[in-house]
Amino acid sequence: MNIRTFSIGGIHPEENKLSHDIATVAAPLPKQAIFPLSQHIGAPAKAIVKKGDKVKVGTMIAEAGGFVSAPVYSSVSGTVFKIDSVIDATGYRKPVIIINVEGDEWEETIDRSDKLETLAAHPELTPEEIVERIKIAGVTGMGGAGFPTFIKLCPPPTAKAECVIINAVECEPYITADFRLMMEHSDEILVGLDLLMKAAKVEKGYIGIETNKPEAIELFERKTAGDSRIEIVPLKQRYPQGGEKQLVDAVTGRQVPAPPAIPVNVGAIVQNVGTAYAVYEAVMKHKPLFERYTTVTGKKLAKPGNFLVRMGTPMKELIDLCGGMPEGDNKLLAGGPMMGKALMNTEVPVCKGTNSVTVISGDEAKRKPAQPCIRCAKCVSVCPMGLEPFLLATLSAKKMFERAEQEEIVSCIECGSCQFTCPSHRPILDNVRYGKSTVMGIIRARNAKK
Amino acid sequence: MSFIVIAVIVLGAIGLVAAIVLYVLSKKFAVQEDPRLGEVAALLPGANCGGCGFPGCGGLADALVKGADAGSIDGLFCPVGGSAVMGEVADLLGMAVANSEPMVAVVRCNGTCENRPKVSEYSGLRTCTAMNACGAGETACGYGCLGCGDCVSACQFGAIYINPETGIAEVDEEKCTSCGACVKACPRNIIELRKKGPKGRRVYVSCMNRDKGPAAMKACKVSCIGCGKCEKECPFGAIKVEGNLSYIDFNLCRLCRKCVNVCPTHAIEAVNFPAPKPKADKCGTGCGDGKCGIRK
Repeated sequence: MNIRTFSIGGIHPEENKLSHDIATVAAPLPKQAIFPLSQHIGAPAKAIVKKGDKVKVGTMIAEAGGFVSAPVYSSVSGTVFKIDSVIDATGYRKPVIIINVEGDEWEETIDRSDKLETLAAHPELTPEEIVERIKIAGVTGMGGAGFPTFIKLCPPPTAKAECVIINAVECEPYITADFRLMMEHSDEILVGLDLLMKAAKVEKGYIGIETNKPEAIELFERKTAGDSRIEIVPLKQRYPQGGEKQLVDAVTGRQVPAPPAIPVNVGAIVQNVGTAYAVYEAVMKHKPLFERYTTVTGKKLAKPGNFLVRMGTPMKELIDLCGGMPEGDNKLLAGGPMMGKALMNTEVPVCKGTNSVTVISGDEAKRKPAQPCIRCAKCVSVCPMGLEPFLLATLSAKKMFERAEQEEIVSCIECGSCQFTCPSHRPILDNVRYGKSTVMGIIRARNAKK
Repeated sequence: MSFIVIAVIVLGAIGLVAAIVLYVLSKKFAVQEDPRLGEVAALLPGANCGGCGFPGCGGLADALVKGADAGSIDGLFCPVGGSAVMGEVADLLGMAVANSEPMVAVVRCNGTCENRPKVSEYSGLRTCTAMNACGAGETACGYGCLGCGDCVSACQFGAIYINPETGIAEVDEEKCTSCGACVKACPRNIIELRKKGPKGRRVYVSCMNRDKGPAAMKACKVSCIGCGKCEKECPFGAIKVEGNLSYIDFNLCRLCRKCVNVCPTHAIEAVNFPAPKPKADKCGTGCGDGKCGIRK
């Protein structure tokens, strides 16, 4: 087997895939579901329901608020309780729609049968039609960042797509939701890939899977044995292989240039495996995006597991399903331990991009005190973007933003490999993140002036 | 000994030639500088804080001289030197005295450890900008002081510090020059330059929380809940409630302190007023001179 990986940097943190073998179960309906209007990158959605309105499962409750935006659908049936603001994953109050759950009544347009619809059986689907259905269904990237999917399928005129890469890497420790999805819905994912390839008008599809999931590699190789268009690419275990640019490098050997270049500039469209499944459901089953696979995990949790969660379910209810919050101080993350976002309270709802709810307890969560930099350059050798994190951190702390821009601070993907590997426990990423956001602000202001 | 003599002569000759060259060049390529520039710069405090909006005192001196030539130095003001220095500068340039009331930085948050309990622990980089970027900080209030001291490191005059008891920033009025460095440094924009007021007396809303009443109260006991009582009470129309937050316009405020008494959460602060004496003044409004025309 030819095992590939990306060319520079990377780390291999302890995997801790606690819920690897635990089959997915559907999480019970919440009593009250909370739908943030901003679950994606881009303009927030605009609420189109008001207090007291009756909604069903799959009713659109907020429409897209701009071109780079996505609508939000209700995942429950019931009455709109209020349109309010709650503290979401960012730590700030954001507008939300709160729905009191009554029963479980679905919109009639959604096909709830388990019958597999293949693309061959539906030759009437044109690429434009597929993109339109994805757009209407509010499908966004399911891997965490949440970029609206339809935009990725319509590359700018200067770039030409040549292949679709399905990101089934799941390099982040603890998370197993994508793996379970692959094991349980492989046929649907392959149809989803077919749809994505047709929508992007390409003839080549790759599925990148890390070798810590041999069952998935074996399963997909068997299912695609007769299809020369689709290639399964086994990848060496290495973080952050699931980053778009790293995955393109690992699979095709092409390197995405510095921003504003995106993977499609080298001919690749990267979609998460969860997105492929959501695309299948949106196009073939007319089912908008309101459910997702989420891992609830943590070493101290009594029963970590994988759940099919209706969006809007507060994380507390999921943690209770796993045996409740462990004693003492805990750190709650939306996402995995490397890229996840620490949360302020347990009432934060599961959104389109919540691939995992991770509970890290006690001393493991606390940082060790920072020591002086010993110039070991470990951060330089692990940076997957070929940057010099120690330098960027210092430049940011000293507010030398011009120099930081010259050193390509905006190329940083905030994977945290530098901070993970630092023997002095220095807060490298915190500083770089601050510098990056400031430099991006400066660049935006400069472009606005032009 | 002769080689010493030779060395002295050679070095002396080189020195002489160099001196002549430098003298000729300095005359030939001399830059004509306005003599007033140096004089104005000498009057300015030399703190180079940038509070005037120019890069250092030299920049302001340059702008002042150019302004004087153009006929107006309006809008140019040194916040550190204040009216006294600007008066001297205006005299020197033969312009009208630019007048401006003394200002002071005000931290609009009273979320002490007692009033605003901690709900989580933050173990990342301890700067306000980093903390602000990853969420609401250690308390449930997404608007208040984070207490990591970005303003402290921005202040060149040592006029702002984090009070260890309350955990929030406080301004030393004596040292504050109202340069505005802390205002720019604060990622939550809670520091404002306000009029210093007569005898340093000021009334301001010490809260920036824009959440609705119940949510704001839950996060902090002394938060502004936007109830609007102060707006109704104010006889001078100085108070506006917008987005669940009250704001007192310091240009309209006459320091009557009626709002302070009606505020249900004690979010309005009145500083440097003497302790209340019974029937100390005629009108009883606290204006001090009985001329405000208000009867109690």
